[in-house]
Amino acid sequence: MKLSNLTKVTGLSVWFSSLSVINFAQGSAEDPSSANSLVILLFTCVMVLVVFLAAIMGDKIIKLAAGKIRKDSEAKEFGLIPSIKELIFGTQDTSQSKKKITKLSRGFDIKLKGKAKKSISIYNSATYAIKPTDYKGLQPIPKMLLKEGAKVKAGEKIFYDKGFEGVFFTSPVSGKLIEIRRAEKRAIAEIVIQSDGKNSSVKFKAAAPKSLGESGVKSQLLESGAWTAFVERPFGVIANPTLRPNSIHISCSDTAPLAVDYRYVLDQLNQKNIQTGIDALNELSDKVYLNLDKQANKSSKVDQFEGIEINTFLGEHPAGNVGVQIHHTDAIAKGDAVWTIKIEDVATIGKLFNEGVYAPEKIVALTGSIVKNPHYVKTRQGANIAQLIEGQIQEDNSRVVSGNVLSGTQIAKDGFIGAYDNLISVIEEGNQQEMFGWILPQTARPSISPTFPWRMMELARFDANTNMRGEQRAFVVSGQYEEVLPMDVYPQHLMKAIIKNDFEEMEGLGIYELIEEDIAICEFACTSKQPLQGILREGLDYIRSQN
Amino acid sequence: MKFIRDFMDKIEPDKESRFLHTLWDGFDTFLYVPDHVTKKGTHIKDGMDLKRTMIHVVIAMQFAFLIGMYNIGHQHYFALGLFPDFFSGFGAKLLYGVLQYLPMIIVVHLVGLGIEFIFAANKGHAIEEGFLVSGFLIPLVMPPATPLWMVALATAFAVVIAKEAFGGTGMNIFNIALIARVFVFFAFPAEISGDEIWIAPDYSWLHKGFSAVASLFGSADFFSMSVPANLVDGYTGATPLSLASKGGWESVQAYSVTIQGEVYHPYEVSNLIFGNVPGSVGEGSKVGIIIGALFLVFTRIASWRIMLSMILGTMFMSILLNVINVSYSSEVTNVFISVPWYYQFAMGSMFFAMAFMATDPVTASGTNTGKWVYGFMIGVVGIIIRVLNPAYPEGWMLAILLLNVFAPLIDHVVLQQNIKRRLSRVKA
Repeated sequence: MKLSNLTKVTGLSVWFSSLSVINFAQGSAEDPSSANSLVILLFTCVMVLVVFLAAIMGDKIIKLAAGKIRKDSEAKEFGLIPSIKELIFGTQDTSQSKKKITKLSRGFDIKLKGKAKKSISIYNSATYAIKPTDYKGLQPIPKMLLKEGAKVKAGEKIFYDKGFEGVFFTSPVSGKLIEIRRAEKRAIAEIVIQSDGKNSSVKFKAAAPKSLGESGVKSQLLESGAWTAFVERPFGVIANPTLRPNSIHISCSDTAPLAVDYRYVLDQLNQKNIQTGIDALNELSDKVYLNLDKQANKSSKVDQFEGIEINTFLGEHPAGNVGVQIHHTDAIAKGDAVWTIKIEDVATIGKLFNEGVYAPEKIVALTGSIVKNPHYVKTRQGANIAQLIEGQIQEDNSRVVSGNVLSGTQIAKDGFIGAYDNLISVIEEGNQQEMFGWILPQTARPSISPTFPWRMMELARFDANTNMRGEQRAFVVSGQYEEVLPMDVYPQHLMKAIIKNDFEEMEGLGIYELIEEDIAICEFACTSKQPLQGILREGLDYIRSQN
Repeated sequence: MKFIRDFMDKIEPDKESRFLHTLWDGFDTFLYVPDHVTKKGTHIKDGMDLKRTMIHVVIAMQFAFLIGMYNIGHQHYFALGLFPDFFSGFGAKLLYGVLQYLPMIIVVHLVGLGIEFIFAANKGHAIEEGFLVSGFLIPLVMPPATPLWMVALATAFAVVIAKEAFGGTGMNIFNIALIARVFVFFAFPAEISGDEIWIAPDYSWLHKGFSAVASLFGSADFFSMSVPANLVDGYTGATPLSLASKGGWESVQAYSVTIQGEVYHPYEVSNLIFGNVPGSVGEGSKVGIIIGALFLVFTRIASWRIMLSMILGTMFMSILLNVINVSYSSEVTNVFISVPWYYQFAMGSMFFAMAFMATDPVTASGTNTGKWVYGFMIGVVGIIIRVLNPAYPEGWMLAILLLNVFAPLIDHVVLQQNIKRRLSRVKA
């Protein structure tokens, strides 16, 4: 039975008052001389507590019972305790409004100087590269389908991996495969393609995803290489095409330091392509979510999309991370699979079905305090950055990171943007010693600790460099990771479980819900400078090897 | 400043001589934050490191430390019937306290750091910062007249057995400083029990030496050493807690000392709170400790959850005892339980234990829920030992050590709840 708030309030107060009447009747029946005021006070307190606990217990039991026959969101409306918010502001019909807003209170925004200005140019690089190392879970030497010197078109298969049957990695542009660069033990590091500037693509079927059906959509995505945009949770590897995931989360949010403004990115993308892309995703899973951050939430364009459930997440980093968002909408349990994809890749998929061409376009931001003119460019996946940063970096002693400074990868100054990245962050190297820097820091620096006076300045933005700011130590401080991670996990205990290779505890403490980028903020904040992302990946690899 | 860097580079010992290099490295990283850059993982790091964390705890202790040190001098002269007002004889009291206390700090650091350096060199590790805090905490929990050899032995025991045997900073199960104190407490019961240990009546060679130097500059008898070291009339050196356990709150208030014909009540509530009462160096000044505790809470170095729940636990248990006392007043023989609960806070070292001992993040519970339970239980157990156990005058040392043992268990229960929540999501 579903009770209205008014009924709940009346019911509870009747219960309370009847109990207190009984309580007093009993109290007065006893010999009044023996009772003293302190005992009565204590007794009353205990009674109130017991009654309150009983009410909460009843409330929980009813909700649990309701949860067994209905969905979680509906079960919340059952129970005994009225929602104070609804009593004051009135009931809101949630089914009407399309966006669901989740506020996350824990987290920390690292405010760095050098955010990209809202101006965009088209950047055609001379060379592009596919880096097998960008994709997690691949063998070091995947199977090459083409040799050096071969002519390629966009969407032409270049290599595949035996572990991911049916998934092909294709060229982002047309031109010539000029070099296969190898790293240690002949592992393939980069496959470089020289662009011919025409961007001509292999011809695919231009048809509405609905008419192709699940298998049709799947095979077109696999053949064209667009499939590699899906990342599967747990483990953060390329999606397994034989699965049907619980849900697909389209990520249109990023709260990392210097991250792209997704409201601006949405303006640059073709709305029709995005909608077709969403249609295609709907063939692959029953549930498609679009996750927005504070900026993207302001965009009017998202309201027009159909076939998705929109969730907005407000809060400081990592509220914009898709892992945190999944935790709050559709938490992953053992045996589940959820896929994530970025909105720009959804547009690529849409174009594939609208026009029959593979064009993995990305809106990339060049950022950092030592960049002369931080701005956006429209380019293709795997572009070389040499011409882009030419004359832009004002400091020789600097580091170029593909991705954000928390979870991105360092690349050379003539390196290539990572397959999943839409950000280039340039920061100063911190290879200088600082006298008494640990107690009397000489420059402002971002920190979650209030011992740094600059933390008070909410609007201040910082220069950051790559100094370790101390040496690695054992875990000492507790509660620090929980403070910045808005998830129901205990990162420190999870890390310890990974270090001691305790399989069951890792599973129990939620390793399936995390990949590196989610705990990157904890690693930043860590007083003991522990390499949390590395430890987590070790644990994920271990569990994956066991399954 | 470059000459310091050049000097440090010049004297860098060969890496082959491990002990010397560890020593040099410890000093070098104290002077300079190393030029290491991030290699894997995040490219930028928070400015906070363990050195900075630890030094903030030491800073927070300073208020209690300074008042405590002056108080050593005050108690000394008060017992002898000199300068009965807190601020009279300021210079003599301050210097007496400094000269009495400084050797203890130096000995603790020499012994403790020496052992740390040897272990670090043997393990090939860098020096860890844990001893920054322990080195200040150990002297603060010692009675001021503890012989230096005893302090040295206790420090060595605590560092070797309680810390290095478990693997160093971050690995220990028990609070280091409390292990040092518990060692003195149980190993030398004859020297450390009784009432008079809480004051330092004698003059050490340092005092005598300083007095001799001062006399050269025309200040004859700087420390008033000509006054015979006899305790003044009515002075027993008994602490408020030992009085309360014998005669309840009334006898704490009734305690009086007559100096030069004037009657003093050393254990007025204001004195208890400000801290001019005999006791271990750090525990006395509630004002100084609370300032330090607030500093730790606002800098988020120490957990406010533990502090608050420990206050709540103490309140809960003392109120419960009061209620028992009122309800069964005819059958109660223990007068201590009649002490009103709010005065339990004024006496003893509850606040010191709360601010600096219970909040040690390594030995406390690591989960936020666990911290509530941990702090609350310390409060409850501490009051039980203080009030109901006739053998121990104060309960916090044993309460915290007991809960140190239980902290991993509390965390385990909290984590099991988390694991259960997660398992319930698995679809059958």
